[in-house]
Amino acid sequence: MDLPIVALLAQDGITNGAVYALLALALVLVFAVTRVIWVPSGEFVAYGTLTLAGLQLGKASGIAGMLAAMAVVAGLMEIAKAVRQREMRGLARSLALWAGVPLAIAAVIHFVAPLQPPFLVQILLTLTAVTALGPLFYRIAYQPIAEASVLVLLIVSVALHFTLLGLGLWFFGAEGSRTPPFTSASFEWGAVTVSGQSLLVVLTSLALIFALALFFNRTLYGRALRATAVNRVGARLAGISPTFAGTLTFTLGALVCAFCGVLIGPITTVYYDSGFLISLKGFVGAIIGGLSSYPVAAAGALLVGLLESFSSFWASAFKEVIVFTLIIPVLLWRSLTTHHHEEEE
Amino acid sequence: MLQRKLVTALAAAFSFGVAATALADINVGVTVSATGPAASLGIPEKNTFDLLPTTIGGEKVNWIVLDDGSDTTKAVQNAKKLIGENKVDVLLGSTITPASLAMIDTAVEGETPMISMAASARIVDPANPKTRWIFKTPQSDALMADAIAVSMKAAGVTTMGYIGFADAYGDGWLAEMKRSAQLAGIKVIAEEKYNRNDTSVTGQVLKLIAAKPDAVLIGAAGTPGATPQKELVARGYKGKIFQTHGVANPDFLRVVGKDGNGTLLPAGPMLVYEQLPDSNPVKKVAAGYITQYEKKFGTRSTFGGHAYDAYLLLNSAIPEALKKAKPGTKEFRAALRDALEKANVVATHGVYVMTPHDHNGLDNRARMMVRIDDGKWVLVK
Repeated sequence: MDLPIVALLAQDGITNGAVYALLALALVLVFAVTRVIWVPSGEFVAYGTLTLAGLQLGKASGIAGMLAAMAVVAGLMEIAKAVRQREMRGLARSLALWAGVPLAIAAVIHFVAPLQPPFLVQILLTLTAVTALGPLFYRIAYQPIAEASVLVLLIVSVALHFTLLGLGLWFFGAEGSRTPPFTSASFEWGAVTVSGQSLLVVLTSLALIFALALFFNRTLYGRALRATAVNRVGARLAGISPTFAGTLTFTLGALVCAFCGVLIGPITTVYYDSGFLISLKGFVGAIIGGLSSYPVAAAGALLVGLLESFSSFWASAFKEVIVFTLIIPVLLWRSLTTHHHEEEE
Repeated sequence: MLQRKLVTALAAAFSFGVAATALADINVGVTVSATGPAASLGIPEKNTFDLLPTTIGGEKVNWIVLDDGSDTTKAVQNAKKLIGENKVDVLLGSTITPASLAMIDTAVEGETPMISMAASARIVDPANPKTRWIFKTPQSDALMADAIAVSMKAAGVTTMGYIGFADAYGDGWLAEMKRSAQLAGIKVIAEEKYNRNDTSVTGQVLKLIAAKPDAVLIGAAGTPGATPQKELVARGYKGKIFQTHGVANPDFLRVVGKDGNGTLLPAGPMLVYEQLPDSNPVKKVAAGYITQYEKKFGTRSTFGGHAYDAYLLLNSAIPEALKKAKPGTKEFRAALRDALEKANVVATHGVYVMTPHDHNGLDNRARMMVRIDDGKWVLVK
């Protein structure tokens, strides 16, 4: 093991770690605001890559149909809610929001996909479509039980994970896909070669993390989300709607996941069932951060990436074992250093 | 009371009707893995059964096709249902080795001949008395591993590295390859594992390259085989890269792209039938099947060929069995088994010469070395 190998492994670990870090941030965000452990986040990543790969071949690959179907369900739920509450005034607006917008996105994708638009437009379409799935899933699956215990929300997440897995096989097929690289440039740096692709992944992740930090510290909506994360009841008393906070959180979470999907597409072959393992590694990072600290979660995810890359060199057959065993000392350390407190329900 | 009587009478009449048709025709029960992890293998097999004729030897044939979702338990359930309810005369399936192995007991209990479409030689292991009833169409891994070893030796390879799935497929291939390599005097100097869903194989590939093998074999099936291949090329590996016949599908070519150029793999002759000399008897059979298949379902898959070969075996054995007994009887199933054991059939993957000791019946004619050139399979002469 000499310097170039160490450098290559480190580069590989940091690239994957950057993707896991984004996922860890999404998981922490979603958990802090809505108390949902977002198991299906990995499926959003896989959907991101596979939708982009489908668009590359000029196919809308089922994502349009899925959006449309979910828009109809969400619309019906809004109507049912209005009828039950005998409150028809806001119905037109909420219908436009929950059914109109996703249907419009689905229609655009359906009609634009066969035209084979430029790569950048394809990426934008992918991000929009996968991001739109986030709030729709929140509306359909989580919002009606938003006040339930963490365990119930977790069980719903697991159910959603399997649903999305099945739908993924149906929409995208059993075989994997790759997207073309964004850049084939590479930089020589002494004995070390850094590929432009990895650099791009790391830089994009950093930019996204920075943008999220700005959003949470400088904007009203960001602060509202932070307030909800700190104290749900207090935030509600201060006039922040928990439904709104949940919807916004899932939109952001889905956006981050879709970004991950677009970023890893050129580095690896993605299958309909690839997402779970990726999100699990992001989850290990998030756990290191105690599901609450963003910087520690990002650092933890980076550690997971590096550990994975070096253990695949030393003992490839035990790679996953080593990565997931990491969680045991972390949990031990956390339970010894932090005071346990019952969740206030 | 009257109502119940009516229902019973109807049920009796109905079941009699079913039984009557079952007795008159030949029933072939099929279970394939059209969904689940082996879907890319099972779907072309399922498609192939849509193309098959509905009469063999002048008798009507019913193809009853079920999906087992690549699941061992479901495959056994399907086999029990086909034998118990549909009273099939012969069982075809399943797509993958674990499911096929699990079905053996059911087939033997029902005294029904079974033709598997999975690779492992263990399915028809002559040392196991139960395999009297079991046949299989695909080439065994051992046959293919020998072809790779011969090809490596011819290219002057003395050391090789291996990277394969961390599962039964990868381990099975590693074991076969070690045996074949030893016979050819080639040393296996590096062994690495990876998972189908790994986002990166950089670590394994760097370690492989550091061992400096003359050639690397990738033991994977379908598009996941492209992941180490692309990494080897990206890291500037200059030796020869070999793949197994598990990747012989158009999706692999799509994903591996230009990084696949120059890769060698063993495959059944049907993959490159156009390039075979006219003197090869397989050419005509493969041409007939593939033209039919590609007209209806698009690009060929060697896995569909395994299903078609199972049909060709039945096509030769059923007329023999019909001379001895009526379909739907125990005697017919036994006669069919005897006829299958004597089958000598030219098919899409080679020439089957069945004997009591060899229920696969394929020889060297069933494997060709194929090279990938710009997204095409090219026969190595």
